[in-house]
Amino acid sequence: MKVAFVGATRGMGRALARGLAERGDALFLLGRDPREMDLSARDLESRGAAAPVGHGSLDLARPEGFAGALDAAERALTRIDALVVTGGAFESQDDLSRDPARLEALLHANFTGTVLLCQQAAERLAARGGGLICAFSSVAGDRARRSNYLYGASKAGLSAFLDGLDLAYRDRGVPVLCVKPGFVRTAMTAGLPVPPFAGEPDAVARDVIAAMDAHRHVVYAPSVWQWIMLIIRALPRAVLRRVRF
Amino acid sequence: MPGSSDAPQPLEQIAGWGRHPIVPGRVERPEHLALPPGFEPLVPRGLGRAYGDAAVPARPGGRVVESTRADRIRSFDPATGRLHCEAGLSLAEILRVFVPRGWFPPVTPGTKFVTVGACVACDVHGKNHHRDGSFGNFVERVTLLTADGRLVECGPARERELFLATVGGMGLTGLIVEVVLHLRRIETPWIVLETQGMGSLEVMLEGLRLSAAHWPYTVGWIDCLARGRNVGRGILMRGRHATAPEAGARRVRRPARLRVPLDAPEWLLNPLFMRWFNGIYAWAHGRTLRRRVVSYDRFFYPLDAIAEWNRLYGPRGFLQYQCVVPRAAGVRPVSALLERLADAGAASFLAVIKDCGPASDAYLSFPLEGTTLALDLPYRGAPTENVLHDLNAIVMEHGGRVYLAKDAITRPEDFARMMPRLREWQTVRDRWDPARRFRSGLSVRLLGDPA
Repeated sequence: MKVAFVGATRGMGRALARGLAERGDALFLLGRDPREMDLSARDLESRGAAAPVGHGSLDLARPEGFAGALDAAERALTRIDALVVTGGAFESQDDLSRDPARLEALLHANFTGTVLLCQQAAERLAARGGGLICAFSSVAGDRARRSNYLYGASKAGLSAFLDGLDLAYRDRGVPVLCVKPGFVRTAMTAGLPVPPFAGEPDAVARDVIAAMDAHRHVVYAPSVWQWIMLIIRALPRAVLRRVRF
Repeated sequence: MPGSSDAPQPLEQIAGWGRHPIVPGRVERPEHLALPPGFEPLVPRGLGRAYGDAAVPARPGGRVVESTRADRIRSFDPATGRLHCEAGLSLAEILRVFVPRGWFPPVTPGTKFVTVGACVACDVHGKNHHRDGSFGNFVERVTLLTADGRLVECGPARERELFLATVGGMGLTGLIVEVVLHLRRIETPWIVLETQGMGSLEVMLEGLRLSAAHWPYTVGWIDCLARGRNVGRGILMRGRHATAPEAGARRVRRPARLRVPLDAPEWLLNPLFMRWFNGIYAWAHGRTLRRRVVSYDRFFYPLDAIAEWNRLYGPRGFLQYQCVVPRAAGVRPVSALLERLADAGAASFLAVIKDCGPASDAYLSFPLEGTTLALDLPYRGAPTENVLHDLNAIVMEHGGRVYLAKDAITRPEDFARMMPRLREWQTVRDRWDPARRFRSGLSVRLLGDPA
């Protein structure tokens, strides 16, 4: 598979890119920091990705660069079989609620940027005969909680978009996978209290690759979060008002 | 950015694999190894497999920089096996990625859940020490973040003193951020294993000596509960990487991993039960020579199949002890150690015995030409510590030493007696870290660092 990958340098994206590399996929990395991408490219090549692993510039906050980034990926890979977007912003609710500029940047990257990128990519893949889109949303988008509804709102919007994108493009050869990680131990979540059922990036990567291969439209990772969220979605509002999570 | 180093980290309980001592600390797990801002002391940590206080903060609330997320491979040369990686890469990952391509770590300790940085810092050794020496022998270069914030490269030929102080230096010369090492070519992932029952210590030592000439990997298990003429009774194991014809059509299976779900009750590891178990085991094996082909996991990492096996020792944890005594001293110190252990009321059940080859040039490297003995003791407070101090006395008397990656209780004056090159090491440390930015529970206990 030839994969254009946004966010392969860190956390779950790093683990997922490695999983793809180890089965010999070709990768083209997209992101903001060329030095980081260079380090990850060498790591992925050493682990079995078709060499060379190239990279190009993409900033989810700057949609004007998306077309050029996808062009660059297409040139390097000759064609794109899949676009994976694990990149996104995360900040604590405290910081977001006090600082409108940070909130705006997060909403812009997680929702507007990701939507514009995936929509454009879906159109392009459909025109070229098909391909897969896999984007990371979050269980935080399944139901608002007082402790992270701002981040959660950006992901709720993204989940709704991905759900619809799959409906619209699957028949045109572009299945769309919405990944909803639960709490996963990464540098992004460092310092947060670790809840029960926390996952590891490698396990998430395995689940996501299986879901990509099966052309599923949504996957919770670790999978137990599917059931946890079923319960949380079903909680009466009065309960959510009382609990502090 | 969450997880950035200026954010206050929540307190975590930090302990070595023996779960004694336990000290609260603030752990950072960055994807890029960096020194935290400010001058607060810190202790580098990998996967936490050192048994004692080597990767435990110097004082409650101290900073810990854990390397496990800095685990990228920088380059690999399939022609030579030269691997350049970040310090947090584990041997488990190296095995997973490179065994299928025909490469193996040049030296491996008894667990694969250990980072490359820790392998350097502890100058780990394995079943091939008699032939290949310790991990540092296969390291071409180490990149350190030193106390002044500089990135310094050292190796056998450049900044040699810093290199010799860093290999085996327990992370106290700087933060190891990258390592260049050389993997070993293998033909198959399989190991040809021979085992043979040994009736006494003399026979065991002789068996190790004879096997060393032809086998790259040798080790013995000794039943510490055997008394009288049975002292030193055990099983000798020797192995080598299998050739393709020997391996045949075996398929590698992902090893099943069990997990110890909770702390075992202390009565489980009681002497009567273990004496019975060891007796059955030795009897069942007999004196015959057996030969079979096993997976590398089975041969090198039998305990890794049980996640959190350290919980078997119960809530009070355990002390691991490993010492080496020079070969020139003969069998006597080894049997004295085993007898002292047996006198202690069967405090330990099983010991691992191994002959070591020549010592390395690294100042604090543990192995020296002689016999090494490793064992676990359930921690029961002062009586357990006293047994180990007695063992230390025997070790010192014969010019031996203890292994810092396992130590939690050795006294500073004893350690100074064991390590003839400690002064040289301290001189290098003084030059690179005069303010003792790198500090650990171990360095406070053994080297007089301020907590």
